Amino acid sequence: MEARAPAVHYLNVDYGVRSWLFTTDHKRIALLYLGTITLMFLIGGIFAVLIRLELLTPAGDLVSADTYNKLFTMHGIVMLFFFLIPSIPAVLGNFLVPMMIGARDLAFPRLNLLSWYIFVLGAAVSLWAMLTGGVDTGWTFYTPYSTSASVTKVIPTAVGIFISGFSSMLTGLNFIVTIHKMRAKGLTWFRLPLFIWAHYATSIIIMLGTPVIAITLLLVALERGFHLGIFDPALGGDPLLFQHLFWFYSHPAVYIMILPGMGVVSELIACFARRPIFGYGFVAASSLMIAVLGFLVWGHHMFTSGQSVYTAFVFSFLSMLVAIPSAVKVFNWTATLYRGSIAWDSPMLYALGFIGLFTMGGLTGLFLACLGVDVHVHDTYFIVAHFHYIMVGGTIMAYLGGIHFWWPKITGRMYPEPLAKAAGLIVFLGFNLTFFPQFILGYLGMPRRYHVYPPEFQALNVLSTAGASILGVGYLLPLCYLLWSLRYGPIASANPWGAAGLEWRTTSPPPTENFPTPPVVVRDAYDLDGVAAAPGEVAVG
Amino acid sequence: MPAEHVAPVRLYLAVFACLLGLTALTTAIAFADLGRLNTVIMLAIAVTKATLVALFFMHLWWNERLTRVAIGGALAWLLLLIGLTLADVLTRATLG
Amino acid sequence: MAELAPTVAHHFDDAEQQREAATFGMWVFLVTEVMFFGGLFTAYVAYRALYPDAFGHASNHLDVRLGTTNTAVLITSSLTMALAVRAAQVGEAPSRIVRWLAATMLLGATFLGIKLFEYGHKFHEGLVPGPAFTYTGPDARQAQLFFSLYFGMTGLHALHMVIGLALLGWLARQAIRGRFGPAFHTPIENCGLYWHFVDIVWIFLFPLLYLIGRH
Repeated sequence: MEARAPAVHYLNVDYGVRSWLFTTDHKRIALLYLGTITLMFLIGGIFAVLIRLELLTPAGDLVSADTYNKLFTMHGIVMLFFFLIPSIPAVLGNFLVPMMIGARDLAFPRLNLLSWYIFVLGAAVSLWAMLTGGVDTGWTFYTPYSTSASVTKVIPTAVGIFISGFSSMLTGLNFIVTIHKMRAKGLTWFRLPLFIWAHYATSIIIMLGTPVIAITLLLVALERGFHLGIFDPALGGDPLLFQHLFWFYSHPAVYIMILPGMGVVSELIACFARRPIFGYGFVAASSLMIAVLGFLVWGHHMFTSGQSVYTAFVFSFLSMLVAIPSAVKVFNWTATLYRGSIAWDSPMLYALGFIGLFTMGGLTGLFLACLGVDVHVHDTYFIVAHFHYIMVGGTIMAYLGGIHFWWPKITGRMYPEPLAKAAGLIVFLGFNLTFFPQFILGYLGMPRRYHVYPPEFQALNVLSTAGASILGVGYLLPLCYLLWSLRYGPIASANPWGAAGLEWRTTSPPPTENFPTPPVVVRDAYDLDGVAAAPGEVAVG
Repeated sequence: MPAEHVAPVRLYLAVFACLLGLTALTTAIAFADLGRLNTVIMLAIAVTKATLVALFFMHLWWNERLTRVAIGGALAWLLLLIGLTLADVLTRATLG
Repeated sequence: MAELAPTVAHHFDDAEQQREAATFGMWVFLVTEVMFFGGLFTAYVAYRALYPDAFGHASNHLDVRLGTTNTAVLITSSLTMALAVRAAQVGEAPSRIVRWLAATMLLGATFLGIKLFEYGHKFHEGLVPGPAFTYTGPDARQAQLFFSLYFGMTGLHALHMVIGLALLGWLARQAIRGRFGPAFHTPIENCGLYWHFVDIVWIFLFPLLYLIGRH
């Protein structure tokens, strides 16, 4: 059946730059974010390319040690604060949260727009700092190096991150209030899609954690700029105090990065296995558990820092506990697949890739939670591999899967499926080739943040760099074919995947008000009753 | 949905009087030597004053439970941050 | 006197939902403020535990009378703020609402004036952290930590007060135009929440900074 685009929708209802820069439509704001964070991803990727090029040879022959320090610092800062943390919430969350709960917009549309402007400002300040000298402290800004010895652009970089934190908090505030106060009639908490549960839990983490890193970076800037010495050891200041304050946010930050991805995966698995998620209640509860437990484990970043052995014990134990809710999700997704009617569409490939790679990353996290193991592999490539498996193998896979899944809804166009499948496989292969050797390198003792290394590590480093080039191709492909699809892709129907969910009950693309009449919910989240069994048909009911 | 509650002026004035009284008390006690008890009493008075402001000036007493959960959560998280950090600071040197 | 009914934004179902969302939103914002100041309180607790004597001695350099006075001033401003909200709730004349708001602003400005005076005094005594820090007492280095926290915490608090004064001015302008009444007073209510929160922060700052080591 030939799909027809709606005559008027949120993209063509108004034209011109002003209609975009002054929009309060959550869907347009989501696209503003999409553009911005894609740019930031490319910038962070350039730093990664330079790092991997340098590491092709054991000698430090591409860049100086100081430049290398700046490269890995800026790669981390851009990728974490300006890509991963906003990615799924600011793009997919902004677009989908109101739609999934049957609302016309988020609770505070103007604050939503403000959050994008604040993000752009923060990114601009930090980028300016990077372009005019850079920063070399590591994304972790440890004192006293960051407060006194470093001669690089610490203050503006910290200020840029500080500013972007407000963007994050405004998004979190909007999500929490919207989910509590604006659900459609009949949409009780336990009928909510798991994507919503995930974003709700993420928003709680954002509100409780981001202010702490904000004040911490502010203190670093004040100490550096105005000698308000809080961390200065010469005055009796404690470098570990900085680390406590820093990691109190930065550990939960990794859950800010992964939870939305888990929400996406739940939606993808339910759709492409044609089954409701097994153990819905447990999966929903596990999101909240991750949010809570995630705040109790920050000291595991400080096992070798000189922290009290007693608190190290406590943090080690709690770190093992936090794996449980994540495991609950993986088990429930797997149980959903069992006896499901599996479709191998490209979003599903990304979801399955997520489950495998996140599990590997998560399991290695358990190794690291053991004090005895961590003492040996801390600050080695084992850690680098661990977090890239979760952040890249996990979050970015989920992000790409979500972009592909909701692309027809967002744009009204379908992308070329064979290319998308190819890209997914290239990403998966390239990713593993890049980062699996790094587990081995770390286990063998290669330290992180070094640009020279003993010659016996070269073979694995070359493998890793080769993998990175393949991964780069895998990332550039979607950029190309998704843009191509905007002009030449086939017109998408309202529900091309035959998925459950309120967002699929309106046109692709949706009208500005999302729904012609406010929906009333009578079914559970993944109840496919009344939804077309075969993809491609328009949903009924 | 929470009903709009209008507090009587008397209540506000009573809370106000308590707050001023507790302020005077905490300053006075600061000058007495009660050892460790000084800090405990001082914190207890501060918590009491803050609670009075929150419950009555900020209407938390009549608000929906959701608001109390939100603020309770914030306070719990603050205690978590302070508590575990303090635990590290206090037990660091113990193991020789 | 008839006051304006609230305009309900297009994405809300009714005025009640709009009001609830706005108020809950302000509370969620205050959660972030608790954690923001909380980082500073954490630093304070850690260093006070490590250097109790140095902190006690340093605290004696602060003027208890001014601190206590300021506490009373801020508490009174919370009272006037609560009365301003109440005046709107029960439909009192705009001039009365404005008068309570003006009283709150006056008290807030008084607080800041006293703080400014204290800061000036510290500057003259050479107690501002940095190269000009001159401290005649034991543990001068850790005392500088105390003063860093003093200026950091009271400075951040003062910044919040300045923002609060600006908000109050904005409220007063709207109140004069008869914008607030029993049907609509959400802005006053929510700014009131902010103001009371800033008061609560001072309720903790005062004893922790001014009242240690006084015996």
